[in-house]
Amino acid sequence: MSGERASLGGLVAAKEIIVLCGSGGVGKTSIAAATALGAASRTGGKVLVLTIDPAKRLASALGLAEIGNVETRVPDSAFTEVGLTPRGELWAAMLDTKQSWDALVMRHAPDEATARRIIDNALYDNITGRFVQSHDYIAMERLFEVHASGAYDLIVIDTPPTRNALDFLEAPHRMAEFFGGRLLRWLTAPYRFGGGRGARLVNLASRPFYQVADRILGSQFLQDIAEFFLNFQSMYDGFVARARAVERLLHDKRTTFVVVTTLEASPLHEARVFCEELVTRDFPFGAIVLNKTLPASFTSAEGARAATVLTDDAEELAAGLAATGEPALGDAGLDARMLRTIAGSYRNFAVVASREAELRTELGRAPDVVVDVPNLDVDVHDLAGLARIAEALFGDGA
Amino acid sequence: MTAAPDLLARRLLVVTGKGGVGKSTVTAGLALLAADLGKRVLIVEVDGKGDICTKFEHPPVGFDPVEVHPNISVLAMDTEASLREYLRLNLKVPVLGRLGPVARVFDFVATAAPGVKEVLTIGKVAWEVRESIEGRAPWDLVLVDAAATGHVVAQMGAPDAIRDLVSVGPIRSQTEWMIEILSDPAITALNVVTTPEEMPVSETIDLVTRARTELDVPLGAVIVNRVLPELFARAEEAAFGALDTDAARAALGAHLGDDAGLDAVLSGARLAVALRRTRAVHLANLRAAVDLPMLYLPYLFTRTHGMRETRVVADSLGAEFGL
Repeated sequence: MSGERASLGGLVAAKEIIVLCGSGGVGKTSIAAATALGAASRTGGKVLVLTIDPAKRLASALGLAEIGNVETRVPDSAFTEVGLTPRGELWAAMLDTKQSWDALVMRHAPDEATARRIIDNALYDNITGRFVQSHDYIAMERLFEVHASGAYDLIVIDTPPTRNALDFLEAPHRMAEFFGGRLLRWLTAPYRFGGGRGARLVNLASRPFYQVADRILGSQFLQDIAEFFLNFQSMYDGFVARARAVERLLHDKRTTFVVVTTLEASPLHEARVFCEELVTRDFPFGAIVLNKTLPASFTSAEGARAATVLTDDAEELAAGLAATGEPALGDAGLDARMLRTIAGSYRNFAVVASREAELRTELGRAPDVVVDVPNLDVDVHDLAGLARIAEALFGDGA
Repeated sequence: MTAAPDLLARRLLVVTGKGGVGKSTVTAGLALLAADLGKRVLIVEVDGKGDICTKFEHPPVGFDPVEVHPNISVLAMDTEASLREYLRLNLKVPVLGRLGPVARVFDFVATAAPGVKEVLTIGKVAWEVRESIEGRAPWDLVLVDAAATGHVVAQMGAPDAIRDLVSVGPIRSQTEWMIEILSDPAITALNVVTTPEEMPVSETIDLVTRARTELDVPLGAVIVNRVLPELFARAEEAAFGALDTDAARAALGAHLGDDAGLDAVLSGARLAVALRRTRAVHLANLRAAVDLPMLYLPYLFTRTHGMRETRVVADSLGAEFGL
């Protein structure tokens, strides 16, 4: 693809789902919002950005007071205010884990009474709220739901900040395994045929497990857990079928994965592992976005030379500056110090830039598309800021 | 508020922070500083990515503490190993012979019973602290490279959560002494690492608020990592601004004989000034919202990594503590 600027344009035109992943702190959410914005203002159609990030900034950047669990349309006026022409519609939603779980339980429970018993159980909040994997699963589940509705031409989803970026790929599979597992049957077995005294008639297979669990947790707690899961198990068929469908969707040709990373050792290492895993597991891998990279001018030979001259000839140059008659440049001593400072700063950043360049060569098995997003000198706090990122992502900036 | 020298007098320092801010680097630096002061340090690595060992240029370690540097030992948390140890020490359950089935069901129990994994993690930490206070373990300081901000409240609050859920049973009584250690300001401090950037700062503010309302764990310090240097005093900044004038450019260009190089240096300096300026705003927001001692660590422009980086961080921390 020599001569062409790398771009997400092709992916956006060809795919229905873009899953953004990468380790924490690399700017996934901004890239997700910018990708959706770029798509809505370039290719048209209905575009949804689905985020898990609690940042209020994204809401305000999109011109929405608040993004909730329900998809909200970004008004066209938000585009025109910053000089953009919306060709399509941009929608945004922020995943609320608790609300999404409630909806899921309501959908899959055999009746409303069972659903209520599950939701009102003290363990339910703990399980849905605390486990990192429950966020992973619910994100993928919501993606499936929205995609199945057919309401959007393109969905851009930002994955949860998991400790391991791969966790969410496993989530649907694990959820199916969890509900279908022998272990869940073991745990609930003694309670299926009535509680109370009967509950002590533990079947032989599960005895060693109960011996240990009883002594750690106490039998009352164990019974609470078992009852909860007994109710939960009534949703088995719905859950498993759904988890499998979610997994199929992630493997589908209409889906693509985009890995976001910075050119720092630790996130990049994680990104490389992630890229390899995507290929190994046969997930459709679209692009790598290198976020917040320093401009190439920091590694140029001309720049290095200029920095040397500015340092070595600072006094001479300062005399020349004083001669210009500019009011701010009258103090030759101060000017010389300032010239040395900017040269020193250049060399500092040049070290970081050359470290980035070295790391870039380690990318190895990269997909066709590697997109650079430069380190912007300001925070992205409005649509105009997101539009600048979009220009870098789509390779059509100034 | 400035430095908090009493922090190093505590027995348990938990270090959290948003992903990517340099939590492990800071934890390693704190350990090295404490070792410099003659303390024997145990680092508990909770996330298990092995980052701590690379900071000491040592191969990865397991659940048994390994000395990676004089007076600094590291153990990698493993909740299954922690359960095994707990059963052996507290309940005298003879599980060693049949670990297979126990291991298989363990993961399930831990998933099904909320807080079990967390309590086994924080319980092991509290246990090491208690053992060291009572002279049965050699540590003067236990440092925890803890879960990221999003998960640390669940982790530190696990003993409380378990106590609320379990009305009776051995695990309930076990939570009592853990809570005692974790809530004692003479023993424990929860510290947050951040960078002067928007998301890390806002997560830090959220975490401090949540920790105050949801946890009975004393807060220590906020460590601000990667602080960019201030380039100019005011007069110099005005002079820098005047370099954009045609006359100034012509004067410099005539001497350098090359516009591309001059542009590279000037645009680089403008980026540095702008980055510093936006970060100063985030720092100001952090200071306004969080009334904890703040320690500042400079952005490292060098190629330093591994042990050398840890040394630089330890020395910077020492200076911040006024040592």
